[in-house]
Amino acid sequence: MAVGFGQSWSLALAVLNLCLISALMSLAVNIQWGYAGLFNIGVMGFAALGGLAGVLVSRPPVPAAWAAGGVGLFIALLILIAAGGLALALARHLRRSRWRMLAIAIVMLAGLLGARAFFDPATDAIEAVEPAKTGYLGGLGLPIVLSWFAGGLLAAGAAFVIGRIALGLRSDYFAIATLGISEIVIAVLKNEDWLTRGVKNVTGLDRPVPYEVDLQQDPRFVDLVAVLHSRSLEALTGAAHEAALRELTVQFSSLFVKLCYAGLFLAALAVVFWLSERALHSPWGRMMRAIRDNEIAAGAIGKDVTRRHRQVFILGSAVIGVAGAMLTTLDGQFTPAGYQPLRFTFLIWVMVVVGGSGNNLGAVLGGFLIWFVWIEAEPAGLWLMQALTSGLPADSAVRAHLLESAAHMRPLVMGVILLLVMRFRPRGLIPADR
Amino acid sequence: MSFLEGEAMTGGYGGADIIRGCDLAAERGEIAVIVGPNGAGKSTAMKALLGVARLRSGSVRLGGEDITALSPQDRVGRGMAFVPQTDNVFATLTVRENLEMGAFLRRSGVARTMERVFDLFPAVRENRDRQAGALSGGQRQQVAIGRALMTEPAALLLDEPTAGVSPIVMDDLFERMLEIRSAGVAILMAEQNARQALAIADRGYVLVTGQNRFADTGAALLANPEMRRSFLGG
Amino acid sequence: MPPDLLNATILLGNYVVVPGVAYAAQLALGALGITLVFGVLRFANLAHGDLMAFGAMATVLATWQLQAWGVGLGPLPTALLALPLGILAAIAAALAADRLVFRFYRRRRSAPVTLVMASLGVMFVLNGVVRFIIGPGDRQFADGERFIVKAQEFKRATGLAEGLSIKTAQCLTVIIAIVTVVLLFRFLQRTRTGKSMRAYSDNEDLALLSGVNPERVALIAWTIAAALAAIAGALYGLDKSFKPFTYFQLLLPMFAAAILGGIGQPVGAIVGAVIVAFSEVAVTYAWKKFLYYLLPEAWRPDGLAQLLSTDYKFAVSFVILVLVLLIRPSGIFRGRVL
Repeated sequence: MAVGFGQSWSLALAVLNLCLISALMSLAVNIQWGYAGLFNIGVMGFAALGGLAGVLVSRPPVPAAWAAGGVGLFIALLILIAAGGLALALARHLRRSRWRMLAIAIVMLAGLLGARAFFDPATDAIEAVEPAKTGYLGGLGLPIVLSWFAGGLLAAGAAFVIGRIALGLRSDYFAIATLGISEIVIAVLKNEDWLTRGVKNVTGLDRPVPYEVDLQQDPRFVDLVAVLHSRSLEALTGAAHEAALRELTVQFSSLFVKLCYAGLFLAALAVVFWLSERALHSPWGRMMRAIRDNEIAAGAIGKDVTRRHRQVFILGSAVIGVAGAMLTTLDGQFTPAGYQPLRFTFLIWVMVVVGGSGNNLGAVLGGFLIWFVWIEAEPAGLWLMQALTSGLPADSAVRAHLLESAAHMRPLVMGVILLLVMRFRPRGLIPADR
Repeated sequence: MSFLEGEAMTGGYGGADIIRGCDLAAERGEIAVIVGPNGAGKSTAMKALLGVARLRSGSVRLGGEDITALSPQDRVGRGMAFVPQTDNVFATLTVRENLEMGAFLRRSGVARTMERVFDLFPAVRENRDRQAGALSGGQRQQVAIGRALMTEPAALLLDEPTAGVSPIVMDDLFERMLEIRSAGVAILMAEQNARQALAIADRGYVLVTGQNRFADTGAALLANPEMRRSFLGG
Repeated sequence: MPPDLLNATILLGNYVVVPGVAYAAQLALGALGITLVFGVLRFANLAHGDLMAFGAMATVLATWQLQAWGVGLGPLPTALLALPLGILAAIAAALAADRLVFRFYRRRRSAPVTLVMASLGVMFVLNGVVRFIIGPGDRQFADGERFIVKAQEFKRATGLAEGLSIKTAQCLTVIIAIVTVVLLFRFLQRTRTGKSMRAYSDNEDLALLSGVNPERVALIAWTIAAALAAIAGALYGLDKSFKPFTYFQLLLPMFAAAILGGIGQPVGAIVGAVIVAFSEVAVTYAWKKFLYYLLPEAWRPDGLAQLLSTDYKFAVSFVILVLVLLIRPSGIFRGRVL
């Protein structure tokens, strides 16, 4: 954190907050990978679901939009459920033949088209309601902290469905399935404007902590600042004192808000960390490790390996969802286009591998460390490029290109770190005890 | 000193020793058979000769040369061939391609050897353009042995070649073994069907918990009363 | 044929068949590489998409250089001349990755998931290199005659209301893909090395006992997969446009195709690619106009008659993938069950 300190307190805290969230995500992936050997490369999708929860829980509902399209959406949903049910019934009760497949396909197709007949006008109507401000259904209007739980539940629900399909097969299939679902989640969030406003983003989300402006108006807060800085303020008098105090208040209010966030995130991280440590050292955790180390033997003594894997997958995904909701809370906005697999899936994996898979403390440390490197890779890359190209003339095209491309050092650096750690320190910075 | 000889072999697959001080030998133009109860280390002993199982002590010699340090591939290059018990053909390749793969390292005379395999196993010739995975168990076993013979081996090692085939097919396979033997090949096989196998064996080894219990000619073992009581079911 | 039927056929050809065939050819080349690496090296190579991007990038750079020199092929895109260089670059990248990364884990016989994870790291590095060299944006490198059949000319020539247009890039894609696939299959079926590769993919232990050198097989598998990746990447870029991120997104349809066909089965990869490509195009195509030609007035749909918007085309691959996993995990051609 030394560089963070060197740059500024405020920046250091901003980095710290993201470090905390990263650590939580890395902890979640570590639960899946370290405890059960699940290779989940759909982290981004679960995090985005958590972010969605932030919108759905905290935004006020839009009654006009509900009035415009609520019924249509409901009917579309009913049709889909009916078609799905009918298809399932056909699959159960008809004999296996070409006709069965055809019948199921026709039912599904008809259901999809029928649902769209209601769905399209409904969503058009919803999106037409004050498109610049709302144009979506809104949320429940509840405090945003509740979305952390909702995000966990949403992600857990998605994990349940994927787990049913892809767990029990070899890890490669599972990985590809999670990759696919995360791409689809993002596509939905980007395109279903009636739900999320899509790429128009949802901004100005509620905060669980006070606003800077309010703090600056609060006399108690100003007094607190005055007390904290009494020594430096003593020397000043009159207008200079006033100005200095105002300046300090503004600075400190932003610091204070970040501290509040840090406190909340730290609490969440501590709770999850404590719970997962408890779980790891419980009989359940010992069984999980036994299964991880030897699936065949565990299966042979009657452990339902796939079921255990599903449990872990759902738990870990729920934690990712919580972290995703926290991230949206911190940003104060939900931007579907901001979800990039590099940043939200693969970076987390680097954290886990570097930290030491199977070790919670390692995962947290990896989260901090790698987020820091990620943040600093760009300025460092720029600096490196400047140093490398300083010999070239200032108007050289090569130099301009290199400087411009420094931002792309990030994936390169991350990839190299991942490969080097895997090769030369395969158990990570803090190896899990066996 | 025999052509293929394992002496005081001790080892396994990295964990506990599976064979302990085991001796095996096969001469050219002879059939040697390893029998014994399940888990006695028959397969492991054979794989130790091939170099797949690792030895902690003891040695393996082929034609008088110590080959203990060689990799399985190098041993194959020096005239050993092995027919595993399971997954012993390339299921998605045709029968002919299976045989060609057997002769992968050879540059000449492949067609002649293939003709000899076809003569030995007419069913292999008939099915030469079918996928090996589509054949019956007995035919697949013939393809597997045919593939091994394509290297023109001096020593042929077979791991339970008659496991899971009908008695008629088993008799037929043993019949072929005798033909292969007459071409001067040293044959060593691990067998579950002890009685039938010992009947064609020039030498027999009885392995129990990784150690030699008896070693004699096949006929002598079949006649040995203790042997009959303990291993041949009376 | 009545004109309505004819028009409907042309419409279908223009918006579904032609783009579908070209896309299928691109997917097939990619899926073949994935299935080959899987069959021989036994892991799902997540870096394949970025390997395609790398090969395509080298092709783009070489094309620009050739264009700057004024070298071209007349009506054909200059990229054809540059493609061999792209192939060499992709092969070099793949072999370097194998030498520096994958070989280590292969020799230690690490669990497949370790190799998959290593491929993630390679993906990162390739992605960074590509973005570093050429940037993350869209790049145009197509030149020459853009169309073989132009919609307007087609309408004039036939007098039909619907036009058919075929891009040069689409046509080239299909021709090159067919030639490549034929060469690949001849190699796999006829040559000693090709057979040894199939044997190794089928039964590694037995192949080793037959004297097949695993390092040589790995080398050839990487070489072929990288060549296919570069060809597929360059053709995709020529058909649409070159943008690094799209190649990552192609991973899902390519894996869906490879798994659908049966992993480790070259024929399966091609069949799988055709199914995935046409499902994607058919599900995201708006059938409104097509139905207008064929249905009596009363039956004509009001909406676009589109099952899913094009933004969800990846959902199609995903659904296919899920269905295969549920119904027949080994794929159509009974590949290796993971």
